[in-house]
Amino acid sequence: MDKTAAVADLTNLMSKFTSYIGKRLPTDVSEKLGELREQEVNFLAKEVYESMRQNQEAADKLDRPSCQDTGVIQYFLTAGANFPLLGELESILEGATLGATKEGPLRHNAVETFVEKNTGTNTGSKIPWLDWEIVPGSDSVTIDVYMAGGGCTLPGKATVLMPGQGYEGVAEFVFDVITSRGVNACPPLLVGVGVSTSAETAARLSKKAILRPVNTRHSNDNAALMEELLTEGLNELGLGPQGLTGNNSVMGVNIESSARHPSTIGVAVSTGCWAHRRGQIKINADMSYEVISHKGFKL
Amino acid sequence: MKKILTTPIKDEDLESLNIGDVVYLTGTLVTCRDVAHRRLIELGRELPVNLEGGAIFHAGPIVRQKENGEYEMVSIGPTTSMRMEKFEKEFIQRTGVKLIVGKGGMGPETQEGCKENKAVHAIFPGGCAVLAATQVEKIEGAEWKDLGMPETLWINRVKEFGPLIISIDTKGKNLIEENKAVFNEKKKPILERINQKIRFIK
Repeated sequence: MDKTAAVADLTNLMSKFTSYIGKRLPTDVSEKLGELREQEVNFLAKEVYESMRQNQEAADKLDRPSCQDTGVIQYFLTAGANFPLLGELESILEGATLGATKEGPLRHNAVETFVEKNTGTNTGSKIPWLDWEIVPGSDSVTIDVYMAGGGCTLPGKATVLMPGQGYEGVAEFVFDVITSRGVNACPPLLVGVGVSTSAETAARLSKKAILRPVNTRHSNDNAALMEELLTEGLNELGLGPQGLTGNNSVMGVNIESSARHPSTIGVAVSTGCWAHRRGQIKINADMSYEVISHKGFKL
Repeated sequence: MKKILTTPIKDEDLESLNIGDVVYLTGTLVTCRDVAHRRLIELGRELPVNLEGGAIFHAGPIVRQKENGEYEMVSIGPTTSMRMEKFEKEFIQRTGVKLIVGKGGMGPETQEGCKENKAVHAIFPGGCAVLAATQVEKIEGAEWKDLGMPETLWINRVKEFGPLIISIDTKGKNLIEENKAVFNEKKKPILERINQKIRFIK
């Protein structure tokens, strides 16, 4: 395949995939919501879970974005250094966002800052947002697409603690964010926590954490324990769907971490709403692909 | 039996409603969010829609224009109501709006506005935007289109739109604030227990 044709094909594929993930939730999220719905006994909470179920059915059947806020489009790339279209990926993904915006259709969510005008194309300066990790020796690319809606983006918060505050300070920070602003962010939430060295490194990791599947655990035992304790603890608060109280608050808590400066603990929280629209696709050097996040994906 | 409100809404339609009640709306529902509130309250511009006895929806929908020029509602769910807290009390006074639909709770200013002017705030389940779109019969108009798709005032004819969960009633009671107080109360003992087990710095 020549390069121009390959670029066109991949743009088309990514455009379709971006649009697709706005209409159907990833398999892990659907299953978790089913589980939480079963456990629910509160009247209003059950009413809301029933609306959620009807909504996802209608979105699938009518082929429409399940939530009107299709977010700012973000792509997280884990790219092989030898992927043939590495240098073209940025323009391919901008093309994919433009395509998905027409096809979906997606809402026009790019407001140019300082100019304070909606661009009307769903793209703008550095939007779609790209995040890169390069894998030496690999010739494939794995792309996580995320629709960062306003409601679930609003609780986002980062700070730097002093070591004396310890992991206890981290737990308190997480609880404060969830009980104040998380209530309005369409629970049950997937909570991402970054534990790192500074505000921006923790913030990036907290977003990467909500890209990880629900029910997965950090490889470090202490971090995994903390994920479990925070999940149980937040559920005990009983936010319920939409903060109307219920048996649960969250789909889970995922922690991502890095080493830190001895004098600092950077911590950040990102939240995903119940309609956690993300998708993961792997593209090989020959442009064949595999969708990892959605079982039974069809173009 | 479903409790259905119909626009224009009168004070007596709302007086018996309590937080936690579930109602539905039939009639006209106008989308109205950040910039529309700012234009009326801060910039002193007149709203291009009469909201006396009306209902607004904190929402920025996806709308498709059909070939004949008509608009089709594709997806319309509620947005975070708290963003409008700064403006809502005065908005209620100035417009005579009776029903505010959105997502999550609102604060003490809106509570006061609802109590003084006999209005209510209700929650439509967030994220359920296609369900909501199927309850919009027709888009009857669009104002302030210069604001772009999410912020335009879309005038919708709706039928049995809901469920709408009353979160602030005409007595000024506030469901989400009451819930938040409970969450905050529960928080401390839970954290104390967790903190025993995560003293990783030794």
